[in-house]
Amino acid sequence: MWEQQVAFWVLAVAMAAAAIGVVRSRNIVHAALFLVVVLAGAAAQYILLAAEFVAWVQVLIYIGAVVVLFLFGIMLTRAPMHDDAGALDNDQRWGGLVVALFVLGVLIALLVNAFGGKKIHFSNALVSLGRTSHVGTDIFRVFVVPFEVVSMLLLAALVGAVVLARKD
Amino acid sequence: MQLNEFLILAAFLFCTGAYGVLARRNGVLVLMSIELMLNAVNINLVAFSAFTKNVSGQIFALFIITIAAAEVGVGLAIVLLIYRNLHSPDLDEVDQLKG
Repeated sequence: MWEQQVAFWVLAVAMAAAAIGVVRSRNIVHAALFLVVVLAGAAAQYILLAAEFVAWVQVLIYIGAVVVLFLFGIMLTRAPMHDDAGALDNDQRWGGLVVALFVLGVLIALLVNAFGGKKIHFSNALVSLGRTSHVGTDIFRVFVVPFEVVSMLLLAALVGAVVLARKD
Repeated sequence: MQLNEFLILAAFLFCTGAYGVLARRNGVLVLMSIELMLNAVNINLVAFSAFTKNVSGQIFALFIITIAAAEVGVGLAIVLLIYRNLHSPDLDEVDQLKG
């Protein structure tokens, strides 16, 4: 049990530090690389929660595809690659900080009040729950209609992105 | 493990993302902060899936990952269009509708 606890805290601290790096970094490419750390940490947390299929989908789609898309976006918009103090932030910095801390305080108070002391019990049933065959069976039995709708949405997003980014 | 550990980590990531959306000027960085917020939600869903021993949470997380990929594609196309028209990826410059 304590191994999971240690792994969780190591990952959580790394993720929190990297998340702050994403929003505070003065270099836009460094921000994208910090985002990779957060996404990989999230994938590791899914493995801790015995959700192996979600974890690998996270690695393939987020770290594999989305981050590459971000790097292309950085390249195509010719973002400043050098460290440029303040050029990436606007002047709502302190207002944003107040809002974020307020929301964080409210959320933590609510969560401690609602779920304080609730435990996740790890068992063989939990491991078989996240197994790929189980997730696949449930997608194609219970969630077939949303699955098809999502595929249409992806097609629409593909066509939309091509139409938007076309040059003429 | 405590359920709250995962939920509070997710809350922290969400608030960091919200700060990024508010404080960042560059369009690509705003989209990255939105990804942080979506990931926080996914951690919540998977944690509740393990807590309730119900696989639906994991499937919702999969759908959110798919929709996030679509959102990034369209979002980056829009940022590219802003860059092409205004010669800057800064969202502060998009103020044509301001009175």
